[in-house]
Amino acid sequence: MRRVNPDERAKIAFWLNGRRVSGEAEPRMLLTDFLRHVLGATGTHVGCEHGICGSCTVLIDGVAQRGCLTLAAQAEERAVTTVESLAGADGALNALQTAFQKHHALQCGFCTPGILMSFTDYFARNPNASEADIRAVLGGHLCRCTGYAGIVEALVEASRSGNPAA
Amino acid sequence: MSQVLGKPLLRKEDPVLLSGRGRYADDLPVPNGTVHAHIIRSPHAHATILRIDASAALAEAGVWAVVTGEDVRRISDPFLIALKPQINQWSLAVERVRYFGEPVALVVADTRYLAEDAAELVQIDYEPLPAVVDLEAARSPSAPLLHPEARTNEISVRRFSYGDPKGAFEGADARVALTLDYPRNSFTPIECYVVVAEYRPHEKSYDVLANFQGPFSTHAVMARALRVPGTKLRLRIPPDSGGSFGIKLSIFPYIVLAALAARITGRPVKWVEDRAEHLAAASSGPNRITEIEAAVRKDGRILALRLDQIEDYGAFLRAPMPGPLYRMHGAVTGAYDIANVEVTNRVVLTNKMPASLIRGFGGPQLYMALERLVQRIAIELHLDPLEVIKRNVIAREKFPYKAAAGALYDSGDYLRAVELAVGNGRLEDLKRRRDVARAAGRPYGIGFAAIVEPGMSNMGYLSTLLTAEARDKPGPKNGAISMATLNIDPLGAVSLTADVTVQGQGHATVLSQIVAEQLGLKVGDITVILELDTLKDEWSIAAGTYSCRFSPGAAVAAHLAAVRMRDKLAEIAAKQLNILPDDVEFADGMIGSRNNPDNALPFGRVAGTAHWSPVMLPEGMPPGLRETAVWSPPGLEPPSSEDRVNTSLTYGFVFDMCGVEIDPLTFEARVDRYVSMHDAGRLLNPLIAMGQMRGSFAQGIAAALYEEFVYDENGAFLSGTFADYLVPTVGEIPPVEILHMETPSPFTPLGAKGIAEGNCMSVPACIANAIADALGVKDVRLPATPRRLHALMAAAEPKRPPPTSRGGR
Amino acid sequence: MKPRKFAYIRPDTVDEAVAVLGEYGDDARILAGGQSLMAMLNLRLVEAAALIDIARIPELDTIRVAGDKVEIGAAVVQNRLLAWPDLKSRLPLLGALLPFVGHFQTRNRGTVCGSIAHADPSSEIPLSLAMLGGEVVLRSLRGTRVLAASDFQRGVLTTAREPDELVAAVRFPVAPSRHRVAFREVARRHGDFAIIAVAAMVEDAGAVRLGVGGMTGAPAIRRIEMNGGTAARDAIETLAWDLEGFEDIHASARLRRDILRRIGPVVIEEACRCAA
Repeated sequence: MRRVNPDERAKIAFWLNGRRVSGEAEPRMLLTDFLRHVLGATGTHVGCEHGICGSCTVLIDGVAQRGCLTLAAQAEERAVTTVESLAGADGALNALQTAFQKHHALQCGFCTPGILMSFTDYFARNPNASEADIRAVLGGHLCRCTGYAGIVEALVEASRSGNPAA
Repeated sequence: MSQVLGKPLLRKEDPVLLSGRGRYADDLPVPNGTVHAHIIRSPHAHATILRIDASAALAEAGVWAVVTGEDVRRISDPFLIALKPQINQWSLAVERVRYFGEPVALVVADTRYLAEDAAELVQIDYEPLPAVVDLEAARSPSAPLLHPEARTNEISVRRFSYGDPKGAFEGADARVALTLDYPRNSFTPIECYVVVAEYRPHEKSYDVLANFQGPFSTHAVMARALRVPGTKLRLRIPPDSGGSFGIKLSIFPYIVLAALAARITGRPVKWVEDRAEHLAAASSGPNRITEIEAAVRKDGRILALRLDQIEDYGAFLRAPMPGPLYRMHGAVTGAYDIANVEVTNRVVLTNKMPASLIRGFGGPQLYMALERLVQRIAIELHLDPLEVIKRNVIAREKFPYKAAAGALYDSGDYLRAVELAVGNGRLEDLKRRRDVARAAGRPYGIGFAAIVEPGMSNMGYLSTLLTAEARDKPGPKNGAISMATLNIDPLGAVSLTADVTVQGQGHATVLSQIVAEQLGLKVGDITVILELDTLKDEWSIAAGTYSCRFSPGAAVAAHLAAVRMRDKLAEIAAKQLNILPDDVEFADGMIGSRNNPDNALPFGRVAGTAHWSPVMLPEGMPPGLRETAVWSPPGLEPPSSEDRVNTSLTYGFVFDMCGVEIDPLTFEARVDRYVSMHDAGRLLNPLIAMGQMRGSFAQGIAAALYEEFVYDENGAFLSGTFADYLVPTVGEIPPVEILHMETPSPFTPLGAKGIAEGNCMSVPACIANAIADALGVKDVRLPATPRRLHALMAAAEPKRPPPTSRGGR
Repeated sequence: MKPRKFAYIRPDTVDEAVAVLGEYGDDARILAGGQSLMAMLNLRLVEAAALIDIARIPELDTIRVAGDKVEIGAAVVQNRLLAWPDLKSRLPLLGALLPFVGHFQTRNRGTVCGSIAHADPSSEIPLSLAMLGGEVVLRSLRGTRVLAASDFQRGVLTTAREPDELVAAVRFPVAPSRHRVAFREVARRHGDFAIIAVAAMVEDAGAVRLGVGGMTGAPAIRRIEMNGGTAARDAIETLAWDLEGFEDIHASARLRRDILRRIGPVVIEEACRCAA
């Protein structure tokens, strides 16, 4: 049984984008704060901290979820995947990212990492998603710049490319 | 001719942002020793602060300070505003609170978590005062006063008359009148405010990083509040910002607050606004009541307008308010040729969060009144609403058109835009859809809106708020200065800075296109750096990104800098190539003779000459390659002695048409089809322009159907989370068919006008018109929620049936 | 917007979990998916001395068919149930309403039991439990007790769970074959809390069971006789008056009643026509 007292700063270790990482955190520290300010992985954004905007969406063991509704401690010994993992080592964009650029699916780019992570999970599980399916999943994100049209176009194209997260 | 300008090039910003490598304010490293702030906010709409006891909080380990209103009053001055008598506002509430969420104290601690803990230990005693929330109630002589020293809540009333409105009303066939009530909303960027402030005691200077958007006239307001010259407030804007839509102007009181906290604690102070704070207190568009009346001829021609605009700015007037009342002033007649106008503008304060800059900036409020009125004219005169629009829009041959209140419309062909939009079977299709729905018993209406979209504000517009005599005292204000600096290094690498703030509009891409076009280079060859440092970069009061000033403003400055650089390089090359400067051509990274393509030098070689070999430069030419262009368009004069003012440089046109159906089961308004026709002059990058229009459309839908800041009658705020304040998701945004035509502006060298605000202005009015048509009602309040539509539609409730055997509950 | 301090406790077994819960009682909160709890903690709307994270307890992460019931453990997330191959045949009502629970991203973490334990009056899963007449399995150091939905669900965010009890599982009766159901929800945005949620289920040739969420503290269930006349309409009218409906910024009570009056017959009709 893992037990961390309220004032205790425990060492939290997990795999971030395939790399073993660790840092100290109080039990109450949110995963988003841990990623951004302890580990320096600032690609995951914080937009509302009450689970609605979706900017903070990351994968834990491959499953997309709200980073702001997750404690760092809950990610212990899990595999956390964030937007920084998507492009190739040489910076080459993957099919999903490429489609976003092509369809002008981002403006300020603040909500974008969360959307990319949701669909990294969703397309992996649902390779033949319909536009209706895509719109339902995108419904878990708020974007204020684009009006969503370009995002839907990008996602539909990426899902048809066969291997969007590659 | 154009190589890259006007092409739908993909954005160069995207790979970085898509890879999680953006540099937003909260991503950047902070100085060692940075401590974190949390703001204690008022739980009351109106109350006297009796006592603040921070002793328990200060006794906690890791707590650096609890800053109060008395502290900031001691070491800072109230923010300057455009009105006298001065209504004092500091960065924290002093003596009393005037809206729910108003900052009362700032707790500074080692971490944000600790600061929030300590905030719960601060004891604040309030004595509640009666609050006034309703705009009309606030004007009553018996209303509680927000600022007793002002002696009234209606702190400014100005009346304007152009032409002969009295005569026109007397001679008219009919009068049509309407009262409109435009709601409060915001466009809540997904990234909230971030400030990191340091104080350097030996220099008595402040160094601040903040995702501020401008206008930089506000820099002077902040420096004055901090009691320092502008050079002692170094403001740095990060390379990326998570959206703004006008909202990130209103970070400025927090910049001052964090700066003061840094001075008090002796530590760098970081504050990141959270979403609850943002919704309750960041910024709101002003709500407005408009009483509007038209004098009309039987055929629907509008002879005169009379508007009484009563605008609610919340608890304080902040610079540059009351902008929304005056930004549209010169264009108050919209798209219509109306010579006689009477306008009354009233500025009212209530116990709500201060209103400020927001995309559309006065346009949605104005056009809601004007376009609803045009529909009413048609109904009351038994005419077709589209026919009334067509009879009143400004004719093509009248451009440049001097509007009654002073706007000088640069170009347009409104009638053609309307014809193109309704053509191709679009209007017939809407009518068919309407007839099918109505036949099936489903309420369905068609709405139109024709609006003028101003771009690049005349910085003198706000002084229209003052009488001509009062304006004379401080001297005239006018113009709109844009700046850009182009730099070429000794290897020929090109970089550009400009006085815009990044918010996601793709400025770096478009500026690269502009420069590449002139210098015969590829877009990828141009490095654009738009993080801004007020001590090292070029800027003036108009700097920033707001009011559609990029395409008519900063883009032109970059163009002028590039043209000047090209001329200089052409002279250098001409001397080396032994040709005339007129013969020099820039193409594919070479500079050479147009007549003899073999006689050419690499771009970098010519550029290097200006750095390495001043001796080879033409006689009298200064060495180095750095050009700062200042674009100050002619035509933006100060308000005239008759209060006529050309409020903006360019004026685009938008014509919208939509069909809206009301779901008879759920009372939801559903946009069935939406067509939006735009003329924004020349498009610099059609892909990016489309993005701006789509985004603006979505925000128009949000304002029309979903988003509203709701207060109860005591001033309690009811829209405090994203579960209550309804930002539309993808499922709520209907498709939009966007059409475009181009009548280039003759007033800017690029011919481009603003494009990002038009649909924010047109969509609420167009949807309100469709709903009025669907339900056959005169008064439509936005957002048109099921709750409001139900109230319009519901008949008397059925009686409770007699008890059955099961009975009761 | 950061939570107050609490201890984080992650037991490995149910026995450990109920032991810790016995220790803390009301001062502890069970953290399963946390999709409601974490938001409330961040907003400092609730306080807890300890969070007991049960998400990794293997014995709670099971979907089991036991006789005529489907038992769903407390660690089972909503999307896992939604992807369960037997869902449509055995629990068609849940198949119809689970897609309305939050969003894909929150269903990836939010649990079936957590939604029932949280007892938000507008939530879909508690409505399904009431409609189907399910049971809640509660475990504590004192033992195990099983409560019928109607005994468990008390009102707004209120249940019969004692402070030392863990909602260890819920049990839904397996639907008879060719079971006919329909569900509709009205919300301002898809995924929002329902303004009103209406479920209908054909009970036998002559009657339909109608369930309404979002109007009152706990799900309201009525058996409606289908006599071909105005009985259904009258029953819905009576129900509308019985429930009255909440008043909030998104909908007036009258609007809720009027939507029920209009949607109720439609959902009943859809259930009757449903081919199952």
